[in-house]
Amino acid sequence: MRTYLVKRLLMTVLVLVLVTVYLTLLVHIVPGDPAKSLLGPRANPERIAKIRAAMNLDKPVLQQIGLALWSLVRLDLGTDLFTGRAISELVVAALPHTLILAWSSLSLAVVIGIPLGVYSATHLDSWLDRFTAIISISFITVPSYVGGLFLLLIFAVQLQVMPAIGLGDQGNVLDYIKHLILPATALAITWVGYLARLVRASLLEVLNQTYIRAEMAAGIPQRKIYYRYALKNAIIPTVAVLGVGIGKLMAGAVFVELIFTRPGMGTLIYNAIQARNYPVVRAGVLVVAFLFVAANLLADVLYTYLDPRIQLGTKRG
Amino acid sequence: MEFQARRTTRLQQVLDRIPILGDVLRQPLGALGFFIVLAFMLMVVFAPLVAPYGFAEQDIPSMLQGPSPAHLLGTDHLGRDLLSRLIYGARIALSVALPAVSVALAAGLTLGLIAGYAGGLVDDVALVVFDSIQAFPSVILALAILALLGPSLINVVLVIGLTWTPGYARIARAQVLRTKQEPYVEVEKSLGASQGRILFFHILPNIIAPLLILAAMDLPVVITFEAGLSFLGLGVRPPTPSWGVILAEGFNFIRQTPWPITWAGLTLIITTLGFTLFGETLRDVLDPALSGTRGF
Repeated sequence: MRTYLVKRLLMTVLVLVLVTVYLTLLVHIVPGDPAKSLLGPRANPERIAKIRAAMNLDKPVLQQIGLALWSLVRLDLGTDLFTGRAISELVVAALPHTLILAWSSLSLAVVIGIPLGVYSATHLDSWLDRFTAIISISFITVPSYVGGLFLLLIFAVQLQVMPAIGLGDQGNVLDYIKHLILPATALAITWVGYLARLVRASLLEVLNQTYIRAEMAAGIPQRKIYYRYALKNAIIPTVAVLGVGIGKLMAGAVFVELIFTRPGMGTLIYNAIQARNYPVVRAGVLVVAFLFVAANLLADVLYTYLDPRIQLGTKRG
Repeated sequence: MEFQARRTTRLQQVLDRIPILGDVLRQPLGALGFFIVLAFMLMVVFAPLVAPYGFAEQDIPSMLQGPSPAHLLGTDHLGRDLLSRLIYGARIALSVALPAVSVALAAGLTLGLIAGYAGGLVDDVALVVFDSIQAFPSVILALAILALLGPSLINVVLVIGLTWTPGYARIARAQVLRTKQEPYVEVEKSLGASQGRILFFHILPNIIAPLLILAAMDLPVVITFEAGLSFLGLGVRPPTPSWGVILAEGFNFIRQTPWPITWAGLTLIITTLGFTLFGETLRDVLDPALSGTRGF
């Protein structure tokens, strides 16, 4: 277990190093001068040179990669060239909102999706099982931006029962939650369907095993068997999927944050792209990639903890 | 025998005669998927014949209108017919998705073949590179690259191709690892066949089927991905009627008219649902062992 963890951590670091290298190289692979595109066609050469120097573009490529890696080690995300503020300040201001959004939609998906899956598996081939099957497949195919637009259209524009944009009043927790409901639901829709199908499939597998049959024969109440004994084992594959899920939610958050005009990592990266503010784009992407890798690592560790039979050290590919 | 023959309906007799498709159509959800995909394909091929107007044709006096006999699904902010734009949009969706998936499949297959067959250090390096590309959430990676390349149809195809490549490479590699230990490959080796011959004539034909099925199942995912990028203004640009562009324009006028978002959103959901149902059923019919590879 320990060797596996060390190996996994080393891989994570290696992946982050490579991500940093790509982000540095990207500027060179793509045609055009990022400093020029940032300042516009009529910028004077002196300012361009200054910006190039600030972005380290005047140095040899290898040195640029070295400097980028050194910043990674120092956890220095660089400076926003427009405002002169440290990019870490922008990230600290944006990240919590994205994490809250991702976390609430994941919780929402778990709270709705898992019982739905359990119900389907335990009422096999009932009309509700079939109905759930169709609903789950349809939910899986709803992209987060379509879900977001539909919710906005129905509840904020037509019925006007929900706030449309922003985070709500500063300091007012209830208002913050009210502003969170539609975005979190939009992000959760796909995952409700996905979790319901996944839990149904893995629970069906577990329910066929002998120890469950033995418990049924012993007269243990069905509800207790389903939730206490069967679900405990059936939930394991779900944990692995949720690790990947956090990363996908971060991607979906870009759309949802824009549709509901919420500040967050998605809005930060998108606005930086529109302004061609490349240092902010780079830092934002790096932070999101880091969270993605960290969530995967966490899910893997949790996975071994939940199921001691899994020998991750020997798994490949 | 006679009793059975009477019970078989004409429909079943017809289905029995069609090899793979018959099995798909026998499943209600598979049949639903097939007919949605068929409708989509007909829209792509016969767009100019089916669409009542051109996709850029403006009818300024009747802009932002709801459904009416003249415009069955209503009009957008420039008075363009929404039905016609959605029909032409199917062409855009497919003209991005098909080449993008082909690029990813070709690149992934090549890299996976090399990594799996060479093994050792090459394989280890390839795995780390695949991991590092997959460390980006796909939308973020696409945004970062498109920010520099600029939005255009061809750039979207390339970016999607790149984003999807590691997934195919991983599966191809896993398949190669399994296949290269098969007795028939060993026999070829002992007979002195060249590496190229083994790779292209013996390993490739045996690993291509599952990859093709996965490619078919990725089509709807790529269609929604392209629409998402176009919605953000980083994919296909207006006035080209990508479904994502129609959604973005509808979003700008969301307080004036609900129709562009409603129709474009429903079209996207139904198309994806159709491709997914058809793809899943097809996969189960062709290769039951693959069932569950994507969590379904």
